[in-house]
Amino acid sequence: MVKEVQIVKTGIKIPLAKPKVGVAGKTGFWRITRPIVNYDKCNKCFLCEIYCPVNVIRVEPDRGPTIDYDYCKGCGVCVDVCPSNALELIEEE
Amino acid sequence: MGKLVALTGNYAVAYAAKYAKVDVVAAYPITPQTSIVEKLAELIESGELDAIMIRVESEHSALAATFGAAIAGARAFTATSSQGLLYMHEFVHWVSRARIPAVMAIVTRALAPPWNIWPDHSDYMDQRDAGWIMGFAMDNQEVFDLTLQAFKISEDPRVYLPVMVGLEGFILGHTTMPVELPDQEIVDQWLGPRRQEYVIDGREPLALGNLAWPEDTEEMFMEIQKAMNNAKKVIKEVDEEYGKLFGRKYGGLIQCINCEDAKYFAVSMGAWTGDLIEAINKLREDGYPIGVIRIRFCRPFPYEDIWEKVQNAKGIIVFDRSISYGAWGPLFSDLITGLYHYTNKLPTMSNIVAGIGGVNITYNDFARMLTNFVETIEKGEKPPVFTWYHKR
Repeated sequence: MVKEVQIVKTGIKIPLAKPKVGVAGKTGFWRITRPIVNYDKCNKCFLCEIYCPVNVIRVEPDRGPTIDYDYCKGCGVCVDVCPSNALELIEEE
Repeated sequence: MGKLVALTGNYAVAYAAKYAKVDVVAAYPITPQTSIVEKLAELIESGELDAIMIRVESEHSALAATFGAAIAGARAFTATSSQGLLYMHEFVHWVSRARIPAVMAIVTRALAPPWNIWPDHSDYMDQRDAGWIMGFAMDNQEVFDLTLQAFKISEDPRVYLPVMVGLEGFILGHTTMPVELPDQEIVDQWLGPRRQEYVIDGREPLALGNLAWPEDTEEMFMEIQKAMNNAKKVIKEVDEEYGKLFGRKYGGLIQCINCEDAKYFAVSMGAWTGDLIEAINKLREDGYPIGVIRIRFCRPFPYEDIWEKVQNAKGIIVFDRSISYGAWGPLFSDLITGLYHYTNKLPTMSNIVAGIGGVNITYNDFARMLTNFVETIEKGEKPPVFTWYHKR
C-alpha cells in the first residue's frame, strides 16, 4: 500500500544494524535442538528467512531453505512460523 | 481554489490525513478522539482514501503498527487521547529515537483517576520530553492546516522526527466550525512523496534497536536535539510556503496578537487562547496594553521568538492548562528559564494554572486574572509567581 517513498539520506546516526552471519562466533557444542527441512512440504514463503533472529536461513525460490548449522542456535522460531509444517525441531545427538 | 465546509475539529484532522494521502492508519478508539478514526475508516471504506486501516487491540499496538508501517516507508497516521496516550508512551519514544517521520493527533483530555473526559493539557504535556515535535492548534481551520503541515515538517530531511498535533477534546474536537479545504493537486505538489532516512521493507535484513555503547547512544540523542533546532527553521518555512499557497499563515512557532504596542504579555496555548484574545480585546478598550503570545509549538520551544516580542515587557503572565506537580506549569517553567538566557533582568512573571480537569475558563475569568496582574504591578507590588486559579 506504500504509494511512493524516497530514501533521502542525511547521514544522521540511527539505531540501525545490518545483521551479519556469525558475528557472535560459531554456535559450538551447546545447541540441543536443530531445525530440519521437509522440502516436499515447503511452499517457499520466506517466513523462516525473515524471522530467523540470527539470519542463517536462505530460501531459494526453486528449492526452499538452506540452514547454516555452524551458526544456527536451534531456537526454533523458524519452526514456529512455518505455515506448512515443513520445518521440524529435532534433538541433537 | 479551495472549498468551505463545516467540520468538527476531529473531522478536520481526518480530512488533513486524507489530503496528505496517508497509506496506513492504525488506531484504537478512545473518547474524545474516536471520531477521527471513524471518519478515516469511512473515507477508506468509500474509496475516497486509498489506505489501509489496521484495527488493533490497544493504543500501544496502534502506535507500534503506525511505527512499523512508517519504517517500511508508508505515510502513517494515528490519533489518541488521555489514557490511550499514556498506554502508548513507550512507543512514543521508539518512533522519535528511531528518527521515523509520523504524525499523531492528540485530542487532549484529563487523566484519571477520577475518570474525566473533559479537556486539559495533562496528557499532551506528559509527552514533552519524548523527542516529538509538538504543535497545538487554536481553532478547527488551524487543526486542519497544522495536521497537513505536520506531515511536511516531519518528513523534512533536516528534521526526520515525528510530529504531534494537539487539539482540545470537545472544545475543538466535537465543535463544528467552517474549515476551508485546499485544492488536492496543490497539496500533492507541495507535500511531495514521503521521505525518510531508511526503510525496513524486507529487501535486506536490517535490525532496529540493537544494543549500542553509551557513547553511540548519546550521539544519536544529540542528533535529536540538533534536529529540534533545525525544526524551528523548517516550521517557519513550512508556515510561509503554506501561507503563499493556501492563504493562511500563523507566524511559525508562535502567533502574536496585539503585540506591537503591548507592555504586558499573556502567554498561552490551545483553544482557550480564543477566550483570552476576547478578554484582551475587551481590556484594550479600557486601556490595558496587553498582547497575546500564542504558543503553536512547545517542542521545539520558541525561546527566541518570544524573547523578540517581550524585550520591553513590564510583565508576562503565562496560562498553563497542565501542571508539573511540585513545580509549576510547564510552559511557564520553560519560558522563564529560556528568557534568563537573554537577560538577567526578567520582567515580572506570573504563572496561572487553570482549567484542569476541564474546568471552563471564560473570557471573564481571563479578564479578571489579567486586570489583577496588571494592576498589582502598576501599584508597585509583585504578583504571586504561581496561582492555581480555581472557581466553583
